[in-house]
Amino acid sequence: MAHTETSQKASRRDFLYIATGAVGAVGVAGMVWPFISQLQPDASVLALSTTEVDISPIAEGQIVTVQWRGKPIFISHRTKKEIEEAQKADLASMRDPQPDADRVKPGKDEWLVVIGICTHLGCVPLGHQGAYDGWFCPCHGSVYDTSGRIRQGPAPLNLALPPYAFTSDTKIVIG
Amino acid sequence: MEGHSTYQPKSKVAQWFESRLPIVGLVHSSAIAYPVPKNLNYFWTFGAILSFMLVVQIVSGVVLAMHYVAYAPVSFARVEHIMRDVDYGWLIRYIHANGASMFFIAVYIHIFRGLYYGSYKAPREVLWILGVIIYLLMMATAFMGYVLPWGQMSFWGATVITNLFSAIPVVGEVIVQWLWGGYSVGDPTLNRFFALHYLLPFMIAGVVGLHIWALHHVGQNNPDGIDVKSVSKDTVPFTPYATLKDVFATCVFLLFFCWFIFYIPNYLGHSDNYIPANPMSTPAHIVPEWYFLPFYAILRSIPDKLGGVLAMFAAIAVLAFLPWLDTSKVRSARYRPMYRIFFWIFAVVAVGLGYLGSQPSEGIYVIVSRIFTVYYFVHFLIILPLLGFVEKPKPLPASIADAVLARHAKGGATVVAGAAAPETK
Amino acid sequence: MTIRSILFGAAAAALLFAAPASAAEGGHDDRPARLSWSFAGPFGMYDTAQLQRGFKVFKEVCSSCHSANFFYFRNLVQPGGPRFSEAQAKQIAAEYQITDGPNDSGDMFQRPGRLSDHWPAPFPNDQAARASNGGALPPDMSVLAKARSYHVGFPGFVTDAFIQYQEHGVDYIHALLTGYAEPPEGVHVQSGLHYNKYFPGNQIAMPAPLSDGQVEYTDGTPQTVDQYATDVSAFLMWMAEPHLDARKRIGFQVVIFLIVLSGLLYFTKKKVWSKVPH
Repeated sequence: MAHTETSQKASRRDFLYIATGAVGAVGVAGMVWPFISQLQPDASVLALSTTEVDISPIAEGQIVTVQWRGKPIFISHRTKKEIEEAQKADLASMRDPQPDADRVKPGKDEWLVVIGICTHLGCVPLGHQGAYDGWFCPCHGSVYDTSGRIRQGPAPLNLALPPYAFTSDTKIVIG
Repeated sequence: MEGHSTYQPKSKVAQWFESRLPIVGLVHSSAIAYPVPKNLNYFWTFGAILSFMLVVQIVSGVVLAMHYVAYAPVSFARVEHIMRDVDYGWLIRYIHANGASMFFIAVYIHIFRGLYYGSYKAPREVLWILGVIIYLLMMATAFMGYVLPWGQMSFWGATVITNLFSAIPVVGEVIVQWLWGGYSVGDPTLNRFFALHYLLPFMIAGVVGLHIWALHHVGQNNPDGIDVKSVSKDTVPFTPYATLKDVFATCVFLLFFCWFIFYIPNYLGHSDNYIPANPMSTPAHIVPEWYFLPFYAILRSIPDKLGGVLAMFAAIAVLAFLPWLDTSKVRSARYRPMYRIFFWIFAVVAVGLGYLGSQPSEGIYVIVSRIFTVYYFVHFLIILPLLGFVEKPKPLPASIADAVLARHAKGGATVVAGAAAPETK
Repeated sequence: MTIRSILFGAAAAALLFAAPASAAEGGHDDRPARLSWSFAGPFGMYDTAQLQRGFKVFKEVCSSCHSANFFYFRNLVQPGGPRFSEAQAKQIAAEYQITDGPNDSGDMFQRPGRLSDHWPAPFPNDQAARASNGGALPPDMSVLAKARSYHVGFPGFVTDAFIQYQEHGVDYIHALLTGYAEPPEGVHVQSGLHYNKYFPGNQIAMPAPLSDGQVEYTDGTPQTVDQYATDVSAFLMWMAEPHLDARKRIGFQVVIFLIVLSGLLYFTKKKVWSKVPH
C-alpha cells in the first residue's frame, strides 16, 4: 500500500468488509431457517384435518366428546331449556359477548359444537356443571354457559368454534 | 490458552464480571490474541472445518432425533416420514447423512497433514493421542448412526461389526450377546445404539476441548516444522488473520458439501439401505461406509478370524504410538527428502486399501490386500524408526520469518499453490 | 504438499487400480442403458405429464401386486409431483375402500379413501402376498427407485460424482421391465420363474407385467411397453424422492450464494493479509 492512503481507498475497504459481513449474516439466517421450520406440524399431521361424526345416537341433553386434530370437540345436543337460557342471556354482562345465534348453524339450534379446551390455560372443562348449566373448568374455576360462553372465572374468551358443516341431518364433518 | 491474555475490561461491569468469571479473557486469549505462525497453509484450516462439522452434525442430529423413533418395526418408516412429511426434513437428513462423510474427509485431510508435517512430535504427543481418541469416537458414532435408519445395510453392518467381538477367545460369544441385548441384532440393539449415538458426539466435543487446550498450550506446528522464536516476527494474532482464513476455507468446504447434499445425496450411501432390514436375508454384497474401507480391507486380508480383528484394531492403535515410532528429530517432510517419498507411498497404500475394501474378496484383490496390509504396518513399525537414522535432512531455516522471506524471494509460488488447494479437492 | 504431488498420488492410485477393475468387469451381465431422464442433472425437474402417465401405469398394473406404504393420496396434489387437482386426488382416493375403525361398537369397517390415507396395500400382510405370488414377495414400491442400482465400477463411479448421475435405480427398473426375453441356448429357467436380462441371476418370479396397448394414454403418447416402462420408472423415482424439484432449486440458490460469499471472503482475507508476508 502506497503512502497516499486516500479516503476513497478506505471506503472501498470498508465496503468490502460490510458487504462480506452482510452476506454472511444473510447466509447464517438462511441456514437457520430450515431448522426452525422443521418444528411446524408436518404434512401428515396437516392432512388429518377432517373428522366425520354421526350425531344420530346423541340423545337430547347429552354431550359427546370427539377428537379432531388431537383436540377434544364437545358436541352438545341441547334441550329446549338450555337453548332458551343461551338465547336469553344478557350479552352486556358477558366478558366476550356473542349472541347464541352466531355460535350454532342456522336452524340447528339444538346442536352446539365447540372446541373443548378452556381458553384460560388449555384444560378440558367438565360438562353440565357450574352455575350456568354449561361447563366448568376444574383447573382454575372458569364457568361457561350452555352456549360455551365464558361467564365467570379467569378465562378471557368463549370456547372456540371449530370449522364444521352438516353433510346431512345426522352427520357433521369437522374441519 | 494461558499466558497470552492481554485482555483488560474497560467498563466497571465488565471488570466486576471478569474478576468473578474470566470467560471473556479466555475467549480473547484463545480466539483473538492467540499467536498463529504466519506460514500456515490451507491444510491448517481443517481444524476449524472439523469444529464446524461437529456443530453441524450435532445440530442436525438433535433435530432429526425430534422426529425419529428408535423402535425396530417403525424406524425405517420414521426416517421416510422425515424425508417426506417434515418441513425441510429431506434437507436436514441429507445434511446429517452426508455430513458424516464430510466429517471423515476433513478428518483424513487433517490426519494426513499431521503425518506430513510431523505434527505428532514432541511436544505435541498428547495433542496427537487426543486426536486418535477423537477419531475412534467418531468411528463409533458414525457406525451406530448408520444403524439407525434400519435398512438392510444398517442391520447387516451392525451384525458384522458386533460379531468382530466374537473373535475374542472364551468370552467372545458372551460379549456379543451383551452388546446385542439378545440373541441377534434387534430392537434392544437399535435402542442402545440410538442412545449412544446421541451421547458420543458430546463426548467428542469434550475431547475436542482438551485437544484445543493442548494445542493452545504447546502452540501450533507449521509447514516448516520449526518452533516459534519470536512472537512478533513469526506469528500473527488469531483474529482477524486465522479467523478470516478459516471462515473462507469453511465456506469453500461448504460448497463441496452442498454438491453432495443437493445434487448427489445418495452417492456415498448404499442403495440396499433403502430396503427395510430383513434378518432372514443378507444382501449379496455388503460393504461398510467408505471411511471404514481401509480397515475393512485389513480385516479381510488376514485369513484368520482373531488375527483379522486384531490387525484391524492394531492398524488404528499404531497411530497412538507414532510419536515414538518416528525417530527423526525433524518434523516437516519439507526437510525430509526420504520421508516425503515414503509418505506418498503410504498415502497411496491407504487409499488403495480403501478401494480394495470395496471390492469382492477374491482373486487378485486378496493378494494385493495382503501386500498393502503388510506395507501399512511396515511403514509404521520398520520404515519410520529406521528412517530417522538413515535419512539426512535438509538444513532447517533459522526461523519462521526467515523461511517465509526465503520463499518470497523465490517468487511466492508456494503461496499461490497453497491458496488454490481447497478448491481442487 | 503441492497440487502437483497430490495429482501425482491420485494418478498413481488410479493406474494401479484401473487394470484389475476393468478386468473383473468383463464377466458382468449387460448393464442397464442410461436414459435421458427429465429429472437428471443439476437443473433436472420432474415432467408432470410423465408422472401422471406413470401414475396411471402404477395404478392399473403395478399396484395390483405391489404395496406403496409411504405413498399417500395427498402426495398426488403436492408441488413437484403429478400435480393432480385436490378434487381429482379426492376422487382417486374415494375409488378405494379403506379399513378403518374400530367404531363405537368395536368393529372395523370399510369407508372410501381420503387424502390422508396411504395407498392401500393389495395384500393384508407379507405372508398373504407371498402365498398369492408363488412364494415371492413383491417389494414395497415407495422407495424402490432408490433401493435398486447396478455395479458401475471404476472409473464410472468417480465420474458419476462429477456429472451428478444419480439415476441408476430408474435405469435399472426400466431395463428390468423391458428386459424379458427368451432364455439363451442352454439356460434352464426354473418353473414359476421368468428369464430377464437385467435381473441379478436372470431368473425373476414376476412375469412380464407390461404389454403394448395395455394402459390407455389420452395425450397421444405411444402406448408401448418401452414408453410405459419409462413413465412408470419416472413415477417411481418421484415416489422415492418426492422433494427432488425443491432440492435442486434450493441447491442452485445455495451454491450461487456460497460462490458469492466465498469470493467476498477471499478478497476480505486477502486485504487483511496483504501487509503480512506469509
